[in-house]
Amino acid sequence: MIKASRIVSRKFDIPGSHTLEVAKTHGAYDALSDAFAFSPAEIVEVIKESGLRGKGGGGAPAGTKWGLMPQDDPRPSYLVVNGDESEPGTFKDRQIISKDPHLLIEGIIITCYAIKAHDAYIYIRGEYCQFQQILQSAIDEAYAAGLLGERSGGEAYRVDITIHRGAGAYICGEKSALLESMEGKRGHPRLKPKQKEPEWYFGNPTLVNNVETIASVPYIVKNGARAYREFGTEHSPGTLLFAMSGHVEKPGVYEAEFGTPMLEYIEHYGGGVLGGRKLKAVIPGGASTAVLTADEVAYATLDYENLRAMHSALGTGGMIVMDEGTDMVEALKNLLEFYHHESCGQCTPCREGTGWSDTILGRVLEGRGRSEDIDKLLELADTMDGKTICVFAPAVAIVVRSFIGKFRDEFEAKASV
Amino acid sequence: MSFVFSKENLERIEALKSRYPSPKALLLPCLWMAQYQEGYISLDAIEVIGEVIDMPPMELYRVATFYTMFNLEPVGKYHIQLCKTLSCALRGKAQILAQLSNRLGIKPGESSQDGKYTLSQVECLGSCGTAPVMQINDRYYENLTPEKIDTILESLEEES
Ligand SMILES: Cc1cc2nc3c(=O)[nH]c(=O)nc-3n(C[C@H](O)[C@H](O)[C@H](O)COP(=O)(O)O)c2cc1C
Ligand code: SF4
Ligand code: FES
Repeated sequence: MIKASRIVSRKFDIPGSHTLEVAKTHGAYDALSDAFAFSPAEIVEVIKESGLRGKGGGGAPAGTKWGLMPQDDPRPSYLVVNGDESEPGTFKDRQIISKDPHLLIEGIIITCYAIKAHDAYIYIRGEYCQFQQILQSAIDEAYAAGLLGERSGGEAYRVDITIHRGAGAYICGEKSALLESMEGKRGHPRLKPKQKEPEWYFGNPTLVNNVETIASVPYIVKNGARAYREFGTEHSPGTLLFAMSGHVEKPGVYEAEFGTPMLEYIEHYGGGVLGGRKLKAVIPGGASTAVLTADEVAYATLDYENLRAMHSALGTGGMIVMDEGTDMVEALKNLLEFYHHESCGQCTPCREGTGWSDTILGRVLEGRGRSEDIDKLLELADTMDGKTICVFAPAVAIVVRSFIGKFRDEFEAKASV
Repeated sequence: MSFVFSKENLERIEALKSRYPSPKALLLPCLWMAQYQEGYISLDAIEVIGEVIDMPPMELYRVATFYTMFNLEPVGKYHIQLCKTLSCALRGKAQILAQLSNRLGIKPGESSQDGKYTLSQVECLGSCGTAPVMQINDRYYENLTPEKIDTILESLEEES
C-alpha cells in the first residue's frame, strides 16, 4: 500500500496556489513565526535532526552542510538555490516553482536566517522562462506584503531574493559550475577542496541547495524533526517529488515517501507501462544513474541505500521507464549524444571520452560496427571513471557499463552485423 | 558603436548592481537583456556589456559562446527548439521532427528562406513528463502530436 505523503506538493492541486492570497489561506508563511522564535543555531539543529537530505541528486545531509557555514565571519554569507534542473528525466523543481512558489520563498527566508545570510539567489534554467515569470510575480507579491526586504516576515531581519537566469548548459547544475556561472564565467566545475567547507561566491561563504530541499524546510520547522521522520526510512527520511517519464500511462510528478517500492509507485501513480506492454528497464534517478532491468525493478525501493546496494543510485528520483519494444542501443546512443554535447570540456577523459563513445556507438547503429567496439566502449568508460574534476564523467562511465553489462546481447547483435 | 541599452534596461542594470557582490555577476543578465532587445547578441552589444561589467570583450565573447541559449547570429522570428533527449525520443519525437521538417521545408539547424522560422533540436527541456516537447521562443508546447504541430504552425502563420 502506498502512503499518501504530501509535504512539498500539498498545495499543488489547489487552483491559484501560486498566488499569495490562496497560498496564505492554506498556511503559507505560517512557519516564519516558529522560525524566528528559534535561534539560527537551533534551526540548523532541527534540520540536522530531521535527517533532511539534499534533493538535487546527491542526497547530502542538509543540516551538515548548513553547519559548515561560518557563524562569525566578517564576509557576508549567501544562499544560492539551485533551480537548474537539467538532468534528463527530472522535472520536479518546476512544479514547486510554478505551483507553490511561496513555499520556496518561505523556505528561503528561514534558511537565510539560519545561516545568517541576507541575500539569496535562485539560479533557474534559462528555458524555464514561463515558470520564472510565475516565480518573479510571487517574489514581487512577497515584497509588497513585507515578507521580503528590510523586515522579512515582519521581523528585523533582511532577506532579498534575486532570480538569476541561466542560459542553457547542463553542467551549470553542478554547484561549483553554477557559482562560476553566477560570477560571469563559463560554467566550469571547480576542483573539490580536500576538507569539507562551504561553497564560495566571489570568495564569500555560500550554501547551495536544491529548490526542493529548501521547499522542505518550512514543514520541518513548523512540525518538528520527528514529524518529518515519520515519512521514509531511517537513513532516507521524508519524501521526494519522484517523477516518471517515458513508457508509462500517466507520466508526471508524484510525491512519495522514501522506501516506496519502485514497481508499486509506477503502477499506483503511473498507471503501469504504456499500452499494457511489458516492462523492460528503468533508469531510476535521472539519466546519469545505472539502468535497472525489469527483474531488478521488481525488488527496488525508492531510497538511497537500496538503490546504491543495487549499484545504481536514487539521483533526482526522475525515473525513465522503457517498455519491451525499446532498443537499448538506441537509448544509450541518445544519452551519449547528450553527454557529448554537455561535457564542459575541461577534462580530457570526459571531453574525448564522451565524443568517442558517441561516435563508436553511432557507427555500430549505422551497421558499420565491429564486435570489438563493445569492449572499446567499456575501455573508454574506464578512462572516464575517477580521473576528472567533477562526477559527470564517472556518471557517464556508470551508465555505459550498466547498459552494456545488462543488455550486452543487444549490443553484440548490432555490432557484428 | 551602434548598440545602446534601452533606458529601461539601463535602469534594470543599475538596480541589479546593488544586488550582487560584483558587477561581473551581471554578465548573464546583461546578455539576456541585449538578446531580448535586438533578437541576438551582436559584437557591438558585447563591447557595451564589457564596459558595464568591466570585462574585456574577447573574454566576454568566450563566455557567451559557452551558453547555448545565446544567439550570436540572428535567428528566425520563431525559433523552434525540439527536445531530442531520451524521454521525448521514447514518446515519439521522431514523428514530431518529421512533421516540423515537412511543414517548414527545413532540417534542424536551418532557417526558412523568409527568415521566419529556425528549427533546432535541443537537449532535455525539463519537461519529460509531457513529452514530446518543444519550445518556440519563450513558450513550451507539450504532449505534442503531428496534428498539434499543424495547429501550432497555422496559428503562428495567422499571428504574423
Ligand atoms: C553534472 C551535475 C549536474 C547537476 N545538476 C543539478 C541540477 O540541475 N539541480 C540541482 O539541484 N543539483 C544538481 N547537481 C547537484 C549539485 O551539484 C548540488 O549537489 C546540489 O545542488 C546541492 O543541493 P542539495 O544538497 O540540496 O541537493 C548536479 C551535479 C552534477 C555533478
Ligand atoms: S568531468 Fe566533464 S563535465 Fe566535469 S569538469 Fe571534467 S570535462 Fe567538465
Ligand atoms: S527528455 Fe525531452 S523534456 Fe526531458
